[in-house]
Amino acid sequence: MKTFPVGGVHPPENKLTAAIAIQHLPLPASVAIPVSQHIGEPAAVIVNKGDRVKTGQMIAQSKGFVSSNIHSSVSGTVNKIDTVIDTTGFRQTAVFIDTEGDEWIETIDRSDETPVEVILSPEEIVKKCLESGIVGLGGATFPSHVKLTVPAGKRCDTLIINGAECEPYLTSDHRLMLEKGKEILIGTTILMKALKVSKAIIGIENNKTHAIDHLTRLSSEFQGITVYPLKVKYPQGAEKQLIKALINREVPSGRLPLDVNTIVHNVGTAFAVYEAVQKNKPLFERVVTITGKSLLKPGNYFVRTGTPVRSLIDAAGGLPEDTGKVVSGGPMMGKALPNIDVPVVKGTSGIVLIPRSESERMEIQPCIRCAKCVSACALNLEPYLLMTLSEKGEFERAERERITDCMECGSCSYTCPAGRPLLDYIRLGKSTVIKMARKRVSN
Amino acid sequence: MGHTIIITVISLGLLALFAAVILYFIAQKFKIFEDPRIDEVLAALPAANCGGCGFAGCRNFAEALVKAETFEGLNCPVGGASVMGEAAKILGKVAPVVDPLVAVLKCNGTPESRPRTSVYNGVPDCRISHNLYIGETDCSYGCLGKGDCVRACAFGAMYMNNETELPVIIDDKCVSCGACVKACPRNLIELRKKAKKDRKIYVACSNCDKGGPARRACKVACIACTKCVKVCKFDAITIENNLAYINAFKCTFCRKCIPECPTGSILEINFPPRKPVVETEVEATTVNPDV
Amino acid sequence: MSNLLNVSLSPHIHGKETTQKLMFGVIAALIPVFLTSVFFFGYGALIVTATSVASCLLFEYLIVKFIFRKPVTITDGSALVTGLLLAFNLPSNIPVIIIVIGSLISIAVAKMTFGGLGNNPFNPALVGRVFMLISFPVQMTTWPVPAGLGTGYADAVTGATPLAIIKEGIKNGEPISQLMSQIPTPAQMFLGDMGGSMGEVAAFALLLGFIWLLFRKIITWHIPVSIVVTILAFTAVLWAVNPEKYANPLFHILAGGVLLGAIFMATDYVTSPMNPKAMLIYGCGIGMLTVIIRVWGAYPEGVSFAILIMNAFVPLMNAYIKPKRFGEEVKNG
Repeated sequence: MKTFPVGGVHPPENKLTAAIAIQHLPLPASVAIPVSQHIGEPAAVIVNKGDRVKTGQMIAQSKGFVSSNIHSSVSGTVNKIDTVIDTTGFRQTAVFIDTEGDEWIETIDRSDETPVEVILSPEEIVKKCLESGIVGLGGATFPSHVKLTVPAGKRCDTLIINGAECEPYLTSDHRLMLEKGKEILIGTTILMKALKVSKAIIGIENNKTHAIDHLTRLSSEFQGITVYPLKVKYPQGAEKQLIKALINREVPSGRLPLDVNTIVHNVGTAFAVYEAVQKNKPLFERVVTITGKSLLKPGNYFVRTGTPVRSLIDAAGGLPEDTGKVVSGGPMMGKALPNIDVPVVKGTSGIVLIPRSESERMEIQPCIRCAKCVSACALNLEPYLLMTLSEKGEFERAERERITDCMECGSCSYTCPAGRPLLDYIRLGKSTVIKMARKRVSN
Repeated sequence: MGHTIIITVISLGLLALFAAVILYFIAQKFKIFEDPRIDEVLAALPAANCGGCGFAGCRNFAEALVKAETFEGLNCPVGGASVMGEAAKILGKVAPVVDPLVAVLKCNGTPESRPRTSVYNGVPDCRISHNLYIGETDCSYGCLGKGDCVRACAFGAMYMNNETELPVIIDDKCVSCGACVKACPRNLIELRKKAKKDRKIYVACSNCDKGGPARRACKVACIACTKCVKVCKFDAITIENNLAYINAFKCTFCRKCIPECPTGSILEINFPPRKPVVETEVEATTVNPDV
Repeated sequence: MSNLLNVSLSPHIHGKETTQKLMFGVIAALIPVFLTSVFFFGYGALIVTATSVASCLLFEYLIVKFIFRKPVTITDGSALVTGLLLAFNLPSNIPVIIIVIGSLISIAVAKMTFGGLGNNPFNPALVGRVFMLISFPVQMTTWPVPAGLGTGYADAVTGATPLAIIKEGIKNGEPISQLMSQIPTPAQMFLGDMGGSMGEVAAFALLLGFIWLLFRKIITWHIPVSIVVTILAFTAVLWAVNPEKYANPLFHILAGGVLLGAIFMATDYVTSPMNPKAMLIYGCGIGMLTVIIRVWGAYPEGVSFAILIMNAFVPLMNAYIKPKRFGEEVKNG
């Protein structure tokens, strides 16, 4: 079975919600939609306090090429334009809307049909993605229209669809593949057309055998799409590891997948692209897994952006007494939230509630030089060294040791028997090195 | 037996002499001429190598002093006027008068005034927690309390107060080298002009949010109400980005701004207690009891 | 405070391994070795092991508590492991006072002076052992003949080890084929019925320990395999050239401390390299040096010295032998 050859760890899967069908979360009384739910420039607000908006109406416009449009996820009245603490942990501008009903803009096709034929041209597809605010739904939230624009001098011969979902607990992609498989494959063909490639590969981790079978069967109705199972190992869903496992190409250090002639999109993004292109539906809702060992009713929900995490937790039976951490994303790379009024955004794949007994850090002991962190690193870096260099302020050497290659997957900290905060210091080192490099360039 | 000892002593002695002669000539050949005044000035410096002068250690600073035309812009904050005077004497230059400075923390957000809204249980490092999220309170500008500044101080002039969860600066030991200023990721520490009797008047807040959110996050935040600006006769107070700032060089310590501040974000340190205000209005019964 | 959420950087889950569990895993791997040492060398083995472990723990406790003035560290299990490994490197009739001195050197000099766990460049047990060998050469080179539980302690009957027999014999010009009759059979050597230090004799017990360490993922195969393969290859070449002057490869693996050194001493976390490429080179170096010392050096056994010499190179190897980074750019023209 395909896998990446170096590094990786095996955290307990805890896919508590794998068998729970997706439901629609009831609309909250109000939403707070941040204007930056993507990498790049925050969008510029185009509505004012008091305006009435409909579901799917654009409320903030992308600024510059690397940016994304933001659409209202409910219908109602704009209450205020204020700041909110979002899933990054920092304050951000957001549009606060009081929900009144659920009136959608007329252009969205709400019928049950799943049109297969792709009528739009490649350029029109890219334009549609830009208009509809499509961003990478794997968690990175990179604006998709930028990813679909292949710069001159580069070419793409393979499209890879990421169905790995290697993080413990999360099952949103899994359920989407089981319940919206045909739509995902149509979305894949749309992406293939936009990129002008004839070959697409979908990689799915082997703990989702039903999804693999389902998509394999469906893929026979489509041209050029192959489904491969992948060995269950974290971080299989990381872009570079996925490319290495599926087509055995190594993205060079500091470069992008396009430099090995491939582009990766998440299954959720493929689904969002299908909805945008075939149904004229902009991106304002997505599947979110709400899960945790102490939750009464964990599940998977279609959630509108801007919905406070509190609503999701209430739908799952309320915040358990022993909750220590509320994590947006998976437990390996997700962000711990300071409160539960943080809004769900385009990149929120799941909310994981971790009991207090599991949310305390281990006591930090001295490094015993066991090199387990080196074995765990999927990029063949040396985390123990990067941590020491960052701690002692030796940032030039850290740069030479490729600290900027680190994708912050957390495998090193997860493995360290001495409980050392490897990722904390590596992240500090990374940000310092990047600042240093920028200063060098501007001088 | 004695024979052996004599031969050993003579042969080793000759070897040593030979080596010494060679070393002497090599030392002379590769000698770098250095201005002898550099060593003289270096002897006058405090030898703390703290970097407070902006140079990489005392020797580097001594070289700079010797090379410079004037002492303009050159100052050793640790040694202060006495050391600069010494150096000036050695080099036949004039040491400009530099106001002594002291480090001051521009935050007074204790757990009482600034309620905690989450618990940070990662590595106790201010830079790391500052990069991670807004912090354990709703004030994204306030002190994180993990002690990067205390660890940066090479003079033992700082310690962490476990009750207020804020760092404390010991004025007597502070040499205004600036290490704590650089260490704080939120730029909360300022080197302010040192006054007699270690008196200070300053706005102990760095919150740039509008008044409402600032006040909600912390009881003693500056809400930029401008009352202090209006009462100051010496133009020492300015407001920028929803935050008041008192210029230590213009401030005359008249103390009029302190009672004006509605949140108590302006602090006066080391002043005698104010005389209690006696109410001489209509109701004589409302005389202030704590006379 | 009680209902506020915790916030820290990811990952928010942690693997099950701890330093303590790893150390106790090593101790578990040493149980077969301990049992065979008692089986072959009697109660002397018990005395030596107990003294070594107790002194190592005591010295670490005293130094950390009264000199460092820090919280006690003996519970992490590393001093226990050092005590066991030191004991298994000694003859079972060594006087108690010498063991105590050796433990003091192992813990105080080789480990604590560098700052405690994680900071020492040289393997502490080997430093102690080599110190004892050089300071007490007679006691450290008289090896009891294994006589089961009745071997005795101070009164044990001593004899030459297989390596010593070969070394002395070759010096006297005797051919290997003649010397081999004085040496136990490979089967006996595999089981442990030969003279030597307490832990090195029973190859099968050591291999059981190796399998356990691999299964528990405490060590990887790189260091032990590279040491053994290098020794096999090097001695095979020598043996092919002149089988009357050089013993066969199997003999070299079973005699002396190769397996003990390869499986338990060279794989010590703190003093071994940090990536697989460097580990293989480290293992080769140890193998080469062991054979060189055995064949051409003054001592009959060279594993301890070989490991200590390669320990000195480990920081250099860590700095210059790096794993191939993912996506390392191939240099063009």
